[in-house]
Amino acid sequence: MNAIAPAVARSPKDYASDQEVRWCPGCGDYAILKAVQKTLADLNAATANTVFVSGIGCSSRFPYYLSTYGFHTIHGRAPAVATGVKLANPALDVWIVTGDGDGLSIGGNHMLHLLRRDLDVQVLLFNNEIYGLTKGQYSPTSRVGTRSPSSPGGSTERPVSPALFALGAGARFVARAVDVQQKPLVDVLKRAHAHPGTAFVEIYQNCIVYNDDVFAGFTDKAVAADNQIHVAHGQPLRFGRDGGRGLVLDTRSLRLTAVTLGDGGAAVADLLVHDETNPVLATMLAAMQPPDLPVALGVLYCDPAVATGMAAGTSAAAPPAFGSAELGERINALLHRGETWTVAPASGVNGGEARR
Amino acid sequence: MPSSPFRRKKLVAPMTSSAAALPPSAAASPRQALESAVVRFAGDSGDGIQLTGLRFAAATALAGNDLATFPDFPAEIRAPAGTTYGVSAFQINFGARAIKTSGDRPDVLVALNPAALKVELPTLKRGGIVIVDAGAFAERDLKRAGYAASPLADGSLDGYRLLAIDISRLTLEAVRPCGVSQHEALRCRNFWALGLVYWMFGRDRAPTQAWIGRRFADEPRLAQANATALDAGHVYGETGEVAPAFSVDAAPLAPGQYRVITGGEALALGLLTGAHLAGRPLVFASYPITPASPVLHAMSGWRAHGVTTLQAEDEIAAACAAIGASYAGAIGVTSSSGPGIALKSEAIGLAVTAELPLIVLDTQRAGPSTGMPTKTEQSDLNLALFGRHGEAPAVVLAARSPADAFDVAIEAVRLATRYMTPVYVLSDGYIANAAQPWAIPDVAALPPFPAHIRTDPQGYQPFARDAETLARDWAVPGTPGLEHRLGGLEKDATAGTISYDPANHQRMTELRAAKIARIADEIPAQVPDAGPERGRLAVVGWGSTWGPISRAVALLHQRGHGDVAHIHLRHLSPLPRNLGRLLEGFARTLVIEMNSGQLLQLIRGTYLSPAVGYQKVAGQPLTIEEVEAVLLQHWGADR
Repeated sequence: MNAIAPAVARSPKDYASDQEVRWCPGCGDYAILKAVQKTLADLNAATANTVFVSGIGCSSRFPYYLSTYGFHTIHGRAPAVATGVKLANPALDVWIVTGDGDGLSIGGNHMLHLLRRDLDVQVLLFNNEIYGLTKGQYSPTSRVGTRSPSSPGGSTERPVSPALFALGAGARFVARAVDVQQKPLVDVLKRAHAHPGTAFVEIYQNCIVYNDDVFAGFTDKAVAADNQIHVAHGQPLRFGRDGGRGLVLDTRSLRLTAVTLGDGGAAVADLLVHDETNPVLATMLAAMQPPDLPVALGVLYCDPAVATGMAAGTSAAAPPAFGSAELGERINALLHRGETWTVAPASGVNGGEARR
Repeated sequence: MPSSPFRRKKLVAPMTSSAAALPPSAAASPRQALESAVVRFAGDSGDGIQLTGLRFAAATALAGNDLATFPDFPAEIRAPAGTTYGVSAFQINFGARAIKTSGDRPDVLVALNPAALKVELPTLKRGGIVIVDAGAFAERDLKRAGYAASPLADGSLDGYRLLAIDISRLTLEAVRPCGVSQHEALRCRNFWALGLVYWMFGRDRAPTQAWIGRRFADEPRLAQANATALDAGHVYGETGEVAPAFSVDAAPLAPGQYRVITGGEALALGLLTGAHLAGRPLVFASYPITPASPVLHAMSGWRAHGVTTLQAEDEIAAACAAIGASYAGAIGVTSSSGPGIALKSEAIGLAVTAELPLIVLDTQRAGPSTGMPTKTEQSDLNLALFGRHGEAPAVVLAARSPADAFDVAIEAVRLATRYMTPVYVLSDGYIANAAQPWAIPDVAALPPFPAHIRTDPQGYQPFARDAETLARDWAVPGTPGLEHRLGGLEKDATAGTISYDPANHQRMTELRAAKIARIADEIPAQVPDAGPERGRLAVVGWGSTWGPISRAVALLHQRGHGDVAHIHLRHLSPLPRNLGRLLEGFARTLVIEMNSGQLLQLIRGTYLSPAVGYQKVAGQPLTIEEVEAVLLQHWGADR
């Protein structure tokens, strides 16, 4: 566990720890681990300065497999622990790894407030729509009717959409990716890293044991082209084989509609152009679902505004260091703040300690 | 109620004797000397009672008395005016000797409305002085307070010394020239009453006049009106020949510079000072809760002192953020009261197993559940000692007074960083809000205890331990070569990697326990706070019961029962190494606490001691009177 990585690493392998990876064979987590290691290598991240904080669940084993600093905490609380890490040392590069149960059920409150605080951290939410580590119960993102050991008749609660949740919480960066789509995933992770504030990335992750192929409806090769759209800022919202389809806004119903280019007169110029700074568009994109509309992937929203939350830091001069004589003097002044009086030495002095 | 003779100097007529025994005009005779006195100000929550009390406390401190104050305000933020549940009170005990509690029963009650009289009269010492604003006892006021007939006229105040003065009218008349409205003028009643009490106890008005000038700097009319009211009340005392006059000599305080401090302020200042002495930044994460919030409020203003505060989304997040901060090299502190500490429990287990320094402040209140949030209790001792899942030993300290909270907070930081462990600091609603004079220490003169942060990558093993303390190294993110993975899963005893090995878990469980137990080797041996090291009766307490127990034991000594010792515990986990042996030296051990016997059980269980207990769980601090009675009973029990 103590393999010491060089201060500056360049290859994805340099970001692997000496621990044997113990996810199920074929788990989507392997692909995400590979993408994260590639991202760190591309960023030339210093392992000493990088911290991965996770909660509990399959996804939360993630920090054990990286050569950076890592903290595998308790269920749902990674955003809170990461907040403390970042507050104590804002210079650290902090990544949070969580899942749909960890991040949106037991830790839903922390996720909401992490996004509000807007500290400069990255959140990777692995969404597999199931509780894997506890053997397959339905999760807060499971679709209605999901049969599981705890819902033999099919689950009844409606699923929460991680991306919509994040947008609703005021997240300033929301992106989506699929575990096995390495290049888009690495691209999204780099964008998330570059964002000055809390960056939220939902990663569709296949659980091969308890929820295999749950995303096949838009990830299977046969349907992927028609049921996925990779959005790019400034580019028309096109998808389909050979980019033959696109999204337009029906201004009467204020709904997004998929159109086929060429047929019926729709031209590329008629298509919506992705504007990642537009939160309304981001919300509409995040809400899209097959079969009518494709699943939106890529950076859905990135608020270009200068960070105003806790990520903005303070413009005040840095206070003197703890332990310094200067801070000691400041604390002394604080102790004397307000009304004070002096008891002069006199006869019959009683030990002050006696009163304590 | 019998009057308490210890409050008075010998050979001085008791203040509580009947009015006939007192000189008719105090102005015509010298002031009656008292060793100590208790004054309680009460009125509607809009009457400025707390401010009045604080001014009296400041003037009393300047007069050189020792003192202790306690505010008693309603739980409702804005209760309807004039109702009993809107009564706000402030009590001060001051004296020419050491003062250890805010006083059992007031000698003087100032009641600015009928509701205040109704609520507070039962606490007044029999024969005590009641000052009421007779102008506030109109039929409507009486009705609102639930009085069928005026208590000023129906004989219900017989046995007290009643000073019914139309303070409202006198205030209006006095401040009329200041150009204030009638409403504004009536709001000066508290200063009129304060002026009268100043005269009764010979307090200097000048500092208060100066304070009024500062406070109302933007509103000179109000400044003048309040100052005029203060003077008018004082003149009334001087010339009215109604109110008695007393003197309370200065207490023999150690020389030095003093301020008045509450337990909440002392905890906050102690933590800041402790972090400074450890040389590590302070990150304070909390969620608002009564009565713990004053610490959060104090900390939030200290950004220029390097303090980082987080008002977290909930108690759990506050604990977790503090743990994250500790992991990253700061002194992580989280603070709450019982219900919040219960929520933090899982996270504290993580800090135990990750072996990170963490400070957990518990300002206890009456429980369970919401209980009585503004009332004090010591019922979280078991929560702090045992309230975690798994085998999760931690350090538990308790502050015994507002001033002591400063020292205990420093000790908490020292132990947390030296032993890489969570440390609980138990305070309570009484300590948090009570105030007393405090000799301000010089930070530069306090011994520093720099925390060791490992930087050497050579041979680093995350769970290798210091041979003396059994603490692991504090290796913080940002340090090249020390990258490691930490977590809640059981760890290999050296490498810190995940381990399910049965023998390793046994060993780690024992190591975690041994590390905490070993702290007993370095904390001071327990010595009696007062009394002999062997004797007839050992009275054991912890936390805020220190004041009443200490005073009651002193009274037993005065009665000639010198074989009673007061043993007060600061360290509750681990207990001082010699405590069992110490208690064996007494014929009887009596454990006094404000819960159902939590320390009693601990002592009986730890030492197989036949200790007995006295408990009160009423949301009220123990009184000296009741403790004295209990001590007398137990002192005589073995006869």
